Amino acid sequence: MAEIQTDCRTSTHAEPCREIDPGSVIPVVDEIITQYRSTRGALIPVLQSVQNLLGYLPKEILTHISRELSIPYSEVAGVVTFYSFFSTTPRGKHIIRVCLGTACYVRGGKEVLQALTRELKIKVGQTTDDHQFSLEIGRCFGACGLAPVVMIDEDVHQRVKPNAIGLLLAAYRDDDDQDRGGSDEKA
Amino acid sequence: MHRITINGISTEADQNTTILAAATQMGIHIPTLCHLEGLSPTGACRVCVVEIEGAGHLAAACSTPVRDGMVIRTHSKRVREARTTVVELLLSEHEGDCQTCQRSSDCELRELARELRVLENRYTGEKPMTMIDASTPALYRDSGKCIKCRRCVEVCTGMQHVGALFPQYRGFDTTIGPAFSSSLDLAVCVQCGQCAAVCPVGAIIEQSHIEQVLSALEDPNKQVIVQTAPAIRAALGECFDLPPGTLVTGRMVSALRRLGFDAVFDTNFTADLTIMEEGTELLMRLRDKLLLKLPQVPLPMFTSCSPGWIQFAEYYYPELLANISTCKSPQQMFGAVAKTYYAQKLQIDPKDLVVVSIMPCTAKKYEAAREEMHSSGYRDVDYVLTTRELGDLIHLSGIDFIDLPDDTMDDPLGISTGAADIFANSGGVMEAALRTVYFITTGRSLPARDLHIEPLAGMEGVKTATVLLQDTVDAWKFLEGVQASVAVAHGLGNAAQLMDRITADPDEFLFVEIMSCPGGCIGGGGQPRFTTDAIRTARMAAIFAADEGKTLRESHTNPAVMQLYDEFLGSPLSSKSHHLLHTQYRKKQQS
Ligand code: SF4
Ligand code: SF4
Ligand code: SF4
Ligand code: FES
Repeated sequence: MAEIQTDCRTSTHAEPCREIDPGSVIPVVDEIITQYRSTRGALIPVLQSVQNLLGYLPKEILTHISRELSIPYSEVAGVVTFYSFFSTTPRGKHIIRVCLGTACYVRGGKEVLQALTRELKIKVGQTTDDHQFSLEIGRCFGACGLAPVVMIDEDVHQRVKPNAIGLLLAAYRDDDDQDRGGSDEKA
Repeated sequence: MHRITINGISTEADQNTTILAAATQMGIHIPTLCHLEGLSPTGACRVCVVEIEGAGHLAAACSTPVRDGMVIRTHSKRVREARTTVVELLLSEHEGDCQTCQRSSDCELRELARELRVLENRYTGEKPMTMIDASTPALYRDSGKCIKCRRCVEVCTGMQHVGALFPQYRGFDTTIGPAFSSSLDLAVCVQCGQCAAVCPVGAIIEQSHIEQVLSALEDPNKQVIVQTAPAIRAALGECFDLPPGTLVTGRMVSALRRLGFDAVFDTNFTADLTIMEEGTELLMRLRDKLLLKLPQVPLPMFTSCSPGWIQFAEYYYPELLANISTCKSPQQMFGAVAKTYYAQKLQIDPKDLVVVSIMPCTAKKYEAAREEMHSSGYRDVDYVLTTRELGDLIHLSGIDFIDLPDDTMDDPLGISTGAADIFANSGGVMEAALRTVYFITTGRSLPARDLHIEPLAGMEGVKTATVLLQDTVDAWKFLEGVQASVAVAHGLGNAAQLMDRITADPDEFLFVEIMSCPGGCIGGGGQPRFTTDAIRTARMAAIFAADEGKTLRESHTNPAVMQLYDEFLGSPLSSKSHHLLHTQYRKKQQS
């Protein structure tokens, strides 16, 4: 498979994620399409593979996939917007994951999530316009005793209070290297 | 055969019959919303639920086939309550401003709420975000009115093979529209308006030109003339509750005169002109290929009257654009002739002449706005009203349509032959062209009963025929014995099918007619709602009656068209014709 230059392949990249030049990745996308073309319901696996590869689904790539698979663009977009794990914007510099496991949920995780969507003005699965933050739902981080838990990049923040969200995010904005208060344990 | 019982009455029904169809046959009306004749059921709305004895859940009648021994109740208390709940939930998310809604007179949701006696709305909650999309010249979308029945999706994808519309996002945030809920101008949409024709509510309607037409009519400095497409006269009556298939040409002319148009003309006139130009163009291509043996003569030639088809080809078949006749549509030929020939004749400045057309079509609004359509030096056609809009305008002006006396169109642009009438039907342009081409090449009228080429009529999606050219006159001897093989498709899904066939065998046909809408213009996206196949068939019959009722039935016998050539254009395909009546098409990027 051809090599492509992108920083978006993993969720823990250091650099802010830049948009990729869609033209340069078309050959790789075509390889993926060829791989699935004959399967029924090729669209979803193609979208998944491309997203895994690029970190997100640029619209130019989606129109290309639409033409190659002869599926109307509206339908491709319909599928992409239906599933929250697809994203059409590069993920932000910081990935925020809110745990909505049972313990976190009953102990205020939902309120924390609401506070985050309000503060960032994005929904789950989206990225802020300044590319600073992406908001996701996380799996259980194994810190249930200290619920609700929010993970920002590698930092685990416990007993997060909805009204303290602004402060928490401020520490990550603009990438100043101040103490972020999270415990350093890796989840 | 299955024996079933519906509401205590037992009956027999075929294996593949749905409960809905079986009930309809017995005279039982089950309300429906998402269901559309001829397209696969989506089961999206659940308005049609019925109770089947022994089954736990209510079943959707539109998509459940009958089984032997089924005992069905269509209007039990449980069923009625379930339907009411469905409608109440729809209303709870619906921006219902019926008093000021375009659809208040023919809204299916309103009608359904009335039929089900929905007297209050128990669910009042948050309404979804709404968006008005007025980005295209033809269509106006209001997502606040959309009840997500997906009829438009089925029609745009299943019938038209365009796929501009699809459900976007999920749950409460779902909208029905182009990719990422953007505006229609950014989508591959051919503006055919079939979505607007099937939408049960006011969520997709045409961009109205009524206000502009009224202002023009009230402006003392403007001469306002009107042209009416062939398909209007067979459908306008439906706006006044006349039965489908009532021919109202005379009353339509009276109404237009009372509305204050300075002259009432006919798109039929330029339909005849189109046949002269397009027939000659076909003969030239045949000469190039068969006599001069030039390489790469673009055959088969495709018709060009349907602007939705033109866009479809610009998006999907750019390699065949050279095969499309360069003739403008009759609407645009009319505009170009009116603002040159007619304006000169009357000695009026074309800038003071306003050309209004009445069309069965929303795409004609788009076509009139195309930049190529300014060959008179002005916008050739200023405003386009759909049949529905003309109906509204007549109501608005207090004209009692039913009792109007018959009137006739004005000279010279109101004179036409029967060949022009049949432009309204799928297969009609082809038949009209063959009537004239046959005459030019043989000196005789088409040897067909009543001048009709039977295999080209009717609702079959793709139709074909051959006409043998015999005893040709000297100038066309090289066509002696040629079997002119022609094809017709209507509805863009059928067109796509025919295009596949042509791509596989480019030599099978010489001439191909394509209309965007099912049935041709009589089934256009601007016609009175709701159009079914039975209604299309009735309108088609009215059109054939109009043709057969004329003394002149071949375009080349139209005296006014001949006069236009004598006084102004010269001959078909002259340089003046080229400038005013022909155009070219460009490839468009799909998305
Ligand atoms: S779509 Fe129907 S129910 Fe809705 S506002 Fe219009 S007329 Fe009323
Ligand atoms: S106008 Fe025709 S092509 Fe455009 S969205 Fe409606 S049905 Fe589809
Ligand atoms: S726009 Fe009309 S036809 Fe399309 S889903 Fe909405 S209500 Fe149904
Ligand atoms: S009409 Fe049957 S589910 Fe909508």
